[in-house]
Order: sequence, then C-alpha cells, then structure tokens
Amino acid sequence: MSDIINLTLSALIDKIKNKELSSQEITKAYIARAEKSKDLNTYITTDFENAIEKAKKFDEKGNFDYKLPGVPLAVKDLFCTNNLKTTAGSKILSNFIPSYESTVTQHLWDEGAILLGKLNCDEFAMGSSNETSFFGNVESPVGKKVVPGGSSGGSASALAAKLTPATIGTDTGGSIRQPASFTGTVGLKPTYGSCSRYGIVAFASSLDQAGPMTQDVSDAALMLDVISKYDTKDSTSVNFKRGDYFKSLSSNIKGKKIGIPKEYRVDGMPKEIESLWQDGITLLKKLGAKIIDMSLPHTKYALPAYYIVAPAEASSNLARYDGVKYGYRSEGENLISMYENTRSEGFGDEVKRRIMIGTYVLSSGYYDAYYLKAQKIRRLIKNDFDEAYKSIDAILTPSTPSSAFKIGDKTDDPVSMYLNDIFTVPVNLSGLPAISIPAGKDKNDYPLGLQLIGKAFEEQNLLDISYSMEKELSFKNNFQDWWIK
Amino acid sequence: MSKNKEYLIKRGNSEYEVIIGLEVHAQVLSKSKLFSDSPTNFGAEPNTQVSLVDAAFPGMLPVINEFCIKQAVKTGVGLNAAINKKSIFDRKNYFYADLPQGYQISQYKDPIVGEGSILLDLPDGEKKVGIERLHLEQDAGKSIHDIDPQNTLVDLNRSGVALMEIVSKPDLRSPEEVNLYIKKLRSIMRYLGTCDGNMQEGSLRADVNVSIRKTGDKKLGTRCEIKNVNSIKFMQMAIEYEANRQADILEEGGSIDQETRLFDTKKNETRSMRSKEDAHDYRYFPDPDLLPLELTDDFISKIKKEIPELPDEKKKRFVDKFKLTPYEANILVSDIETSKYFEDVIKNSDIKLATNWITGELFALLNDRSLEISQSPISSKNLSSLINLIKDGTISGKIAKTVFEIMANESKDPKSIIDEKGLKQQSDPKEIEKIIDDVIKENPKNVELFKSGKDKLFGFFVGQVMKKTDGKANPKLVNDILKKKLN
Repeated sequence: MSDIINLTLSALIDKIKNKELSSQEITKAYIARAEKSKDLNTYITTDFENAIEKAKKFDEKGNFDYKLPGVPLAVKDLFCTNNLKTTAGSKILSNFIPSYESTVTQHLWDEGAILLGKLNCDEFAMGSSNETSFFGNVESPVGKKVVPGGSSGGSASALAAKLTPATIGTDTGGSIRQPASFTGTVGLKPTYGSCSRYGIVAFASSLDQAGPMTQDVSDAALMLDVISKYDTKDSTSVNFKRGDYFKSLSSNIKGKKIGIPKEYRVDGMPKEIESLWQDGITLLKKLGAKIIDMSLPHTKYALPAYYIVAPAEASSNLARYDGVKYGYRSEGENLISMYENTRSEGFGDEVKRRIMIGTYVLSSGYYDAYYLKAQKIRRLIKNDFDEAYKSIDAILTPSTPSSAFKIGDKTDDPVSMYLNDIFTVPVNLSGLPAISIPAGKDKNDYPLGLQLIGKAFEEQNLLDISYSMEKELSFKNNFQDWWIK
Repeated sequence: MSKNKEYLIKRGNSEYEVIIGLEVHAQVLSKSKLFSDSPTNFGAEPNTQVSLVDAAFPGMLPVINEFCIKQAVKTGVGLNAAINKKSIFDRKNYFYADLPQGYQISQYKDPIVGEGSILLDLPDGEKKVGIERLHLEQDAGKSIHDIDPQNTLVDLNRSGVALMEIVSKPDLRSPEEVNLYIKKLRSIMRYLGTCDGNMQEGSLRADVNVSIRKTGDKKLGTRCEIKNVNSIKFMQMAIEYEANRQADILEEGGSIDQETRLFDTKKNETRSMRSKEDAHDYRYFPDPDLLPLELTDDFISKIKKEIPELPDEKKKRFVDKFKLTPYEANILVSDIETSKYFEDVIKNSDIKLATNWITGELFALLNDRSLEISQSPISSKNLSSLINLIKDGTISGKIAKTVFEIMANESKDPKSIIDEKGLKQQSDPKEIEKIIDDVIKENPKNVELFKSGKDKLFGFFVGQVMKKTDGKANPKLVNDILKKKLN
C-alpha cells in the first residue's frame, strides 16, 4: 500500500496500464490514508463509496487508453461537481449540491479519472493560508500548525501528504503557485483562457484560472493535456493550438533566454529566498540557458492594482449569493433584512472585507480613482511583460517572499497576508502562464519554490525549463507522517 | 410648424413647451435569450423557461447569442443609425429578488448602436426625431406579490431575455408626437422582424422623460423620468399629467426636482418613486465574463443586405408608382401586414378601388372585430375578385357592400356568393327600359312634377327602379335610360 501512495501520477498510470495495479487497489489505498489523515482537514466532502464503486467498474470494463485510466483524484471544492456538495469553503454554499459539472472536472472524468472528494480551500478562494475557510483551516504536512498556503490549501496539503496522486486548483493571484511553493509540490497556472472557467465558483472572473497541482513537472504536463481545452461555454476561453505537453516534454533548454527582473528583489526578503533564487540562476546557466538581467518597471503597482480589480469583480460575482435561489438563507421580516441576515451570517470576514473594498472602488465618484486606474496599471504591467518577451523566453523569480508560516501568524494583519502574493499577482494581471517548482528549503526544512513565468500560450516552454531544472534539483520532501492516526 | 398646432401648457400669461424623450425597451424577437439558450415563450408556466445561467447558479457563464446581436444591428440600420464596431457589455449592479445574478448585463458607455433618427408623419409635414443610442441588455425576472399572502414569488421566465433599449433625443413635443413615434418605431421593428411590438405582452415598454420650459426659452428644464409605462395611451396620460404638474409648480414659483416617478393608471397621476439623491449607484463596470463585442465589416454588410423595404421607402414607392396620396400611403404602409395585403390585392385589381375598400370597409370590419389584418376573414384574393366584379360591372358598388358583408361572415369567394344569392347586376338595357316604363306609368304625378322643374325627383325614380330590381339594376344604365325617358 505505501508503495502506491509514493508513486507519481505518471508512474501510477503506467502500473494501471500494465495491470500491475488495479484502480480499486489504488483508490482504496488513497482512501485508507485519507481516513487516517483527518487531522490535516484537507477534505470538505468525501465521496469514497462512490469512488470505490467507480474503480470497480473501471477494473471490470475500463478503457486503458484514457489519459487518467481509473486514477482517483480529489479536487478543490471550487469546482462544481454534479450531485456532490460544492461549498467554495463558504457557509453560504454549505448545503449546495450542483446539478452540473465544471468543464475542467468533466475533462478529468472523461479521461477515466475517479473523484475522491472535494478539498478544502479559502472561502471563495480568498486567502493565502487556507484560514478563511468556513470548514476550518488546513494543516500542512510539512510541519505542525503550519499553513499550506492558499487558497488551494486543501489541494496542496492533500497532494503533499499523498492523499491524492495529483489535484487541480484555481489561481486568481497565486492560489496554485503559493501553496505549491509552501508544500514542496508543483503548481501550474496556465495562460488565462486555457482552461474553461465554466462551473468553477467565480472569485475574480478576469483573473481566475484552473490548473494542475502535482508531484512533479511531468505530471503537471499530463494533467494540463487533460484539462486545457477550448470551451464555447466560457466566452473568455481561447481557441489556440494546444500542445501535446506530456509527450513533448524536453529537458534541452540550451540557449533559452531567462530574464531576472530586478524589481522582484524586494526589501526585507529573507536571505534563504535570495540564495534560492541565486541557486536557480546558477542552475539555469549550467543547463545552458542565457541569463538576462531585466526590468519590469511597474511591478510595485501590481499588488495594489490586484487588490482593487479582484475585490471589484468579487463584489459583483458574489452578489448572487443572496438567499433567494439556493444556498444558505437566514429569514428576515422583508427582502432587505433577509439579504442582510443571509449575507452577514453566510460570509466570513475576509470575504466581507473584499466585498466592501470592491463595492467601494466601483462606486460612483471613486470608480475613476480606483478601478479605472487599476485597469490602466494592469495594462502597463502587461506591457512590461510584452516588452520583455521581445528578447527573452521566460522569467525566473521566487514564488513567494517567504516560506510557510504558522497558523494564526498573519490572520490579524490582512496586508501582511496580501504581501504573500507579491510575486504571483503580476502574472494573473497579465494573463500569463507561470509555474512554481520546489527548489529548496528554509532553516525549518519548509519547502521553498521558484516561479517561472512564460509567454502567453507557451506552456510547453515553461514545462520544459522547469522539467530540466527539476531533474537537477532533485527536491524531496522529507517530513514524517506525523499526522497519521 | 404653425404656431396654433403646438401642444402648449397655459398658465395665466405663460405658455410652456413640453420636452419629451423616450427610453423604449423593446424585446428582441429571438427564440432564445441574450446569454443562454433557454426559450423565450410568452405565457409559459412560471420558471419553465429558465437555465442555470438565467438563475445565476455558481460558476455559470454568459455566452452571447449571435442572433440577438444581428437583431440589434438590423434595428440600428432600420433607425438610420451608426453601428459601433466595438461595444462593451457592462454589469449594472443592484440587489433584487428577481435579478438572480445581482446585476443586469447591459451596455453602458459603449452601446452597439449610436446616433440615428426616425421620421414622423405629422399632419403638416415630416419631423425627424433623433435617436441617441440603442443598447442590448438582459431583462429581469418577475416578482409576484399577490398570490401568496406571506411570500413574494419569483418567476424567472423573463430573466435574461434580450431587450433593446432605444433612447430618443429630447425631440418630442406632445403626447401625439409620442404616439406617432412609438407607432413608427414599432412599425420599423415589425418590418425588420426584430421586435413584435406587442405592448400587452410587455414586448414594448417605455420610460418617459418629461420637462417643460417657457416658450422661447433655449435652456431645457429639469426632467422627471416616468418609469415603465406599457401602453401609448398611458404614456400620453402620464405626459399630460406630468407636464401640468410641473407647470403648476413653476407657476407657484417652485422648482422641479429631478426624480424618478411612477404612473398610477388607476388614479391617472404620476408620483415620486425616488429622488436623485436616492438614485441607485449601479457600480457599472465591464463584465469580465464577456469580451468586448467586435463586429466585422462583413458581418454588418451582410445584415444590411437583409434589410427589407422599410415604411418610409415603401410609402414613397406607393405614392410614386401607385399614385396614392401620402395620407393613403401612410395608412397602408404603417403595418407591414397591411402593406403586403394591399400589394396582394392590387396584383390583379384596380388600385384606386383597392385602396378605398381596404382603408374603408375592411379596416372598419377589422376594427369592429378587433382583428389584425393577418386574421382577416376576407382574403386578399377574395377582395381582389370582389373589386374586379365591381370594375367589370357584374355588381354595383352597393351590391358589393352586401357581398362584402356575406364574405365577412362566410369567408366565401364573392362569385359564388353572387351566384348563390342571385345578386348579379341587371345590365340588359331592354329589361331595364321595361322596368323604367313601369315606374313612369305608376307615378304620373311625379313625372309631371319632374317635368315642371323638380329635378330632385330624379333620385326618386332611380330608387323605384332599384326597389323593383332588388338593387341589382346597373346604376349607370338606369341613369342613362331614365334621363332619356323623362326628358
């Protein structure tokens, strides 16, 4: 059993295809481990009985040509799953059972994957530590009382703790890459428009993007093959020619030009992050890449612009949770008091904070000064990247300005929490693809990640560079299974 | 325009001119909604025309219905308006139970159609009314407060239905102009097939902006907006009331507050709904779920090619080609079905007679029975043959009216009615002469009086002949022979 959970996704698939392992054996192994790992609080909803049933069916007459044949997977609870509770980590959706499936998860099942259950996340994906979830905070396997990052914290923790061979998250400002970085896993945010947003509970529509979270880069390529597809149900989906990412993976990156943006050298950045970055540069040189010092001059405005645009969209996206049609309702004597009671009881503090910020920046008299200005900054940031990509192929930065912190450390200081996203948000504002790969550890042995930012729709390039680095880095989480009961 | 025909509000020595602008909400004629594929059938069971998108379920996304875009562009072309190659869908944010998303997708700063115009036919000439813009937006659902005493019920069938908001410039000056404007707008949209214009079903509603100013003043007064009026009659009543209300305030030295008002159809008055200060802050911003809408030249020119002959062109053709008076042409072109009926009838029959029969007898009949011309019991083919039977002398105009009445009830063709009832005109001069001889013989006194100069008695003799022939005698022959005999 312990062999099973130690396999990467692609190794697992090989074993299924060779009939060395059955879907049932694998599914049961992950379920058994999940049952013993409840203390991490990674799951909001489990669907184990159905998973075993589906695995059994797969073993009887499954299609072994599928890309994910009989592979059990748990997914972030932001993806709507047909007939299975989907909460977005919120009280207001705590009783919500969709009658439909998100496009991205549908692609997983269409390739033979089996749903294990729904993973914890920050409420409506708003958070960087998985502490805003109505279903409680998630612990990271990397250390006791350590946050797994957020908002895809349950996904990162479950993946690192080997409760799922791979998973998918969503990334609005770093919600895949930051928790990947905190847990020693790989997290890829594809180009905006690659993966359909249909059926994903929306946070900030112009920034949200689903992506794979995996044990290694090949697995990320494999998952991307499955989930990146044009979808007419999402008007922002882009019909570009997608690669055959997994098959095309190459570790030859000789001559690739990698930019090192000086603006990412922020004040007060811990030494270990600084040296992690420097080691990454050295490694890239060794692999034959050309290192180019460059500038993304508007980087410092990215975080404030993000914290205007994202809450603005969120304030509108979350208006539909009003107690009228579905989800939590608190009665009131009239419509307005029903709204007030429902929303003040149904949303947590961080969500309320962002709704208020968003409502404020869109209100008349402030719109030009905040929202419009933020949109202009967004364009400038995008222009910075466009300009840079005329002469380089990718950009290397640290994924986060620090390693994982302790639960409760930053909950009283939203701004210091927001600063976690400083290296990840410019990517979302520009719609670019980026990947975080584990590259080292801090003094506590907590993982640290490096981020590679690519050109739009050139995920292959990004995967190749990180694949070649990964081989040399040979990173390994070496925590004990301290949480197992 | 001559002074005395102007619609003015008089107070003592002051005269006020009324300035009116309309925001018409016209439902796009489309099988499915603006951003979802649910059907738009009117009168369906509550909440049966609703998709997950319309009900704003988590993760649901809007996808533009290209047909609705075409319809809006078509309407824009029909309004002689500029088509904007790039337009943007915005979110208009507000909470209401029948607005599932918590926002309405609309177009704010960049509408799909820009400035255009509509020609009105006034008794003393044409008037051009400016169109400010046309934009697309979603309709909301319906809150129903009077079924359940405890709860408000919500029907989302209309939620997401495509509406065109057509905003006029403040160019209208009287309730009558508003009547003509709405009718002309409706006529154009029906010609185009972009809106059925059915006001009873709510396919056409308007917000009416009213202000007044002293005649001769250049500056516009403060306006009030009367929300959601759903018939021309109510619009006219609301304007009348509102203009007078404003005049009373100004006469007493007061000033008008800019506000939104409601028209109470039962009390025939407008009353304040909310003031400018209480106006919603809709927090408009571009909908991030939708990319800016970009139209290609090809897309627009294809639509332009599909535009049928519109009322103004048709009217011109009817006047030029068929020698109708502008008045007659106007009546016949205002409704596309009427114009089609007319053109069908005149394919094989006399234009002058056809014009008279359609605008006279047929309209009276339809009006009487509250029918649309498409429901006419008399087909264009049958009316055409009736006219031909008059023209070739088979029946007289008078008999034709009798035949018409029978046609209206039995939907038969006129020839068989004439045969069945023996209504054929007597056109044999010998027969008629015989009858005239009888009449003269029977009325010697009147013959004498006539000969002594009482010309008016000629009609009496005609009448007697008609009586004897059950009205079937050819009137022209009767006249001719009588004249000969009596003189």
